[in-house]
Amino acid sequence: MNDFTTIPDYGLSWLEASGDHADIVLSTRVRLARNLQGHAFGPRARVNDREAVLSLFKTAVERAETLTSGTLLEMPDVATRTRRILLERRLVTKDLLGEEESGPPRGAAVHLSSRDPISVMVNEEDHLRVQSLLSGLRIREAWRMVDRLDEELGRELPYAYHPEFGFLTSCPTNVGSGLRASVFMHLPGLVLTKEIAKVLQGLGQVGLTFRGLYGEGSEVVGNFFQVSNQTTLGKTEEDLVDHLDKVARQVIQYEVQARQVLLRDARGVTEDKIWRAYGLLRYARSLSFEELMNLLSGVRLGLSLKLLPGLRVYTLNKMLIFTQPAHLEQAAGRELPSSESDTHRAAYVRRVLASEGDVTSDGASATDELPNESPDGR
Amino acid sequence: MPDNTCDNCGSSDAVVNFTQIVKDQMSTSHLCEACAAEKGLDPASESSNLPLTDFLAQMGDERGKDELDAGHQCSFCGLTFGQFRETGRLGCPHCYETFEAHLRRLLRRIHGSVQHVGKVYLPPDPTASEMEKRMDGLRRKLYRAIEAEDFERAAEVRDQIRSLEPA
Repeated sequence: MNDFTTIPDYGLSWLEASGDHADIVLSTRVRLARNLQGHAFGPRARVNDREAVLSLFKTAVERAETLTSGTLLEMPDVATRTRRILLERRLVTKDLLGEEESGPPRGAAVHLSSRDPISVMVNEEDHLRVQSLLSGLRIREAWRMVDRLDEELGRELPYAYHPEFGFLTSCPTNVGSGLRASVFMHLPGLVLTKEIAKVLQGLGQVGLTFRGLYGEGSEVVGNFFQVSNQTTLGKTEEDLVDHLDKVARQVIQYEVQARQVLLRDARGVTEDKIWRAYGLLRYARSLSFEELMNLLSGVRLGLSLKLLPGLRVYTLNKMLIFTQPAHLEQAAGRELPSSESDTHRAAYVRRVLASEGDVTSDGASATDELPNESPDGR
Repeated sequence: MPDNTCDNCGSSDAVVNFTQIVKDQMSTSHLCEACAAEKGLDPASESSNLPLTDFLAQMGDERGKDELDAGHQCSFCGLTFGQFRETGRLGCPHCYETFEAHLRRLLRRIHGSVQHVGKVYLPPDPTASEMEKRMDGLRRKLYRAIEAEDFERAAEVRDQIRSLEPA
């Protein structure tokens, strides 16, 4: 049984918020989809296809320099909770893990590099999904990282490639470059100033797509959005990456402006919202994940507007990961029904804020007017 | 008679009908464009959030005489055209040849293009032409890196070119 305690930090390097604009852009992700010649993929892959692909991948790993320092986890052999933790850190997808009842199919695996923030899923919808995850806005760097690894793997493995259609994938929406670049953004300013609809519509018009993050179904929770390229065929990888970078920077500008508007026209209300959010996080005894996301959004805004001294982006990023159900269970050492999970979540948040983000000053802003305090009103 | 009230804000121009099917549960909500966008849906974009199967259904109207019947099958993995229409997923590299004409039309709709211009893959035993294409691709990458004054990247690509040149 693979014990997760041997790989505690995988997928978490982006938390340290060292990238550009890390207050607005939480992380950048670039992934490449690849398949091998001579084997069925996706829904038509049979056990022998998957086992053959995994075996070829293992051989390639032994030879590829970037990959040799890392861990290969074969999903059927990994403990259920560990699988859920990997899912919560976005190192694997639900697709890789298969159905709840039957579990992951033989051959489903993920390789986690211990040197770089890069991972490779084996036998998901495509044979290989190479992914890098970096903090802040670092699209070009994330692309280069997967490109390098893809070059090494491509030397060892016979990719399915067509001179016209490019790299062949299970879903035609991925064919060609097989590249999906995404940025995870926090856009409370645009949401609160009701500009978000315009901006999101604009994305569609320039070949980008977006998704709300962390919500069930169509809800956008916590003002977090994932913006990615939509097309993968007919543009070079560099063009796709540069385009997303350019548009992301524009969206950042709009968000910065929207936050300025909030400060200028609704400072009192905004500050109140932010401090109430902080108060609840700091002292609440029970928090659902959804409520946490919304409160974190307020506090994250507050930090960015420099209204909450002593709080760091790193602390807030941690709270996105370690408050998820499987992570809470890992810390508690046992299964947690959802009512207990809410209590543990609140306890974790209180503990982290008390030790890393205790904002003890009263946070009075320079433009505050204190109420007249003399007893007779003079 | 359709009701045009937005489920979210009550305004009277609910032009977006969002139907969600999760396992066996289906729910529909009617939203105005602003609320839909706020909820993470984008009605204005032609193709952003449509699942692939919607594309395929739309394209049903464009069938030409050479359109395949549902039973047409890939000889390698056994995927039928009907199954592809239903799931939006292909089953193996050979499917791209089996369903080539249809895929070309589909790809043009999805991506606006049918010609890959990105990275060129060099198979293990390359023909001269494959090698040539690979070198061209790498040279373009090199010029781009130099133009962007990213000399570290340029050096990497130059090394890749060198490793391919005859000794």
